[in-house]
Amino acid sequence: MEYILIIISAVFISNIVLAQFLGICPFIGVSNKVETSIGMTGAVTFVIVLATVITYMVYTFVLVPLGIEFARTITFILIIAALVQLVEIILKKVSPSMYQALGIFLPLITTNCAVLGVAVLAVQKDMNLVQSTVFAFGNALGFGLALITFAGIREQLDLLNIPKPMRGAPIALIVAGMLALAFMGFAGIV
Amino acid sequence: MSNVVLFTIITLSTIGAASAIILYFVAQKFKVYEDPRIDTVEQALPLANCGGCGYPGCRNFAEAVVKSESFDGLYCPVGGNETMKTLAALLGREAVEQEATVAVVRCSGSPQHRPRTNHYDGAKSCTIAHSLYIGESGCPHGCLGYGECVEACDFDAIHMNPETGLPEVTDDKCTACGACVKACPRNIIELRKKNPKDRKIFVSCINEEKGAIARKNCAVACIGCGKCVKVCPYDAITMENNLAYIDPVKCRLCRKCVVECPTHAILEIGFPPRKEKPVATEESEGSGSNIS
Repeated sequence: MEYILIIISAVFISNIVLAQFLGICPFIGVSNKVETSIGMTGAVTFVIVLATVITYMVYTFVLVPLGIEFARTITFILIIAALVQLVEIILKKVSPSMYQALGIFLPLITTNCAVLGVAVLAVQKDMNLVQSTVFAFGNALGFGLALITFAGIREQLDLLNIPKPMRGAPIALIVAGMLALAFMGFAGIV
Repeated sequence: MSNVVLFTIITLSTIGAASAIILYFVAQKFKVYEDPRIDTVEQALPLANCGGCGYPGCRNFAEAVVKSESFDGLYCPVGGNETMKTLAALLGREAVEQEATVAVVRCSGSPQHRPRTNHYDGAKSCTIAHSLYIGESGCPHGCLGYGECVEACDFDAIHMNPETGLPEVTDDKCTACGACVKACPRNIIELRKKNPKDRKIFVSCINEEKGAIARKNCAVACIGCGKCVKVCPYDAITMENNLAYIDPVKCRLCRKCVVECPTHAILEIGFPPRKEKPVATEESEGSGSNIS
């Protein structure tokens, strides 16, 4: 029950993109097509879960005993960057087709603040290892939900007669704002 | 205090060094061997990534070229024969030459010739308008004019003419990649053989309806009368489904058919103005010799 609660609160109530406004860059950048946004969600889910587990362990077993918690951000960034590189190298060899499909999005994840955000939030909330893993997975799901929904809306937007100055990014930002407003309706449920 | 600084430096250096070492060994272990010739071939290509060759990008084309033994079915329409010769020299093979082509828009239905019978207020997309209904005029084959071909062009070679509402190809820029041909839902654009001085003669209509109906909807439609077929001395024109088609390979650009066409559906482009002939003055004036 506790884990289900963590997932629901991560997906809907404090959605990483639409309530906490982290990871806006890929949210706007790779939401042109549903297909690519699904690929991005897959890659982000993988990296978020792995990064949270590793950073959690580094934080608890290295940073806290040494009393250097203040170096959290830079340490986490270092680990995430190395991790993304690792995933890229392995994926290129193991599954070239997947590598082709994700191509540009993989290195982009390094600079995705949602990954860092989830890792930092997990240690801030004093969760244990299993809880943080579930929390990371829930947040990744929330990211996917926001991204794919938004991509679906943007595909429909292309078919409408939008006034010329509003086409492209402006209308996308307005829609993103409306989506965020809609997700505010979930606030306070849990 | 100094301990904290020391610990931080050591921890970060250790993590950095450890990830560097891990990454190095993983990269060694998972190294993907790539033929170095793929890079050389890719550099020799135009790198426009237009997809005219049938592959998603120049790199995929280069891979296919290096993998296959010959150039069968592999041709870069953008670079043309010159690029293919360079590739052949790089890989030590025989080049296969192909004739250069250029995109041609086969519709002359400007509002002046083809009256608009209704007004469409939906999505400004050729594909969508085509799937919904006949279009703003009565012609089910004519250009819809929302410029999907213009968007498809990577080379800035095709533009809408605001006066006629039809796309126009700039021959010098056109690389015959075929993106506009694929983009047009009505198959109006065709790749035709490139002639010297960009001269071309073609039937600027793809309407297959019966003559009377075609003529009613558009003043410059091909009505399938067959006069051009009879007058052509090289058997280059064929008549199928009430529509004349000029074979670009057989056509010798004699321009006899242009004068003969009663609706001026056959266009001649890039020719010098005709000498005034006493017999056929009227037709030659109206044949639109300088539409370009």
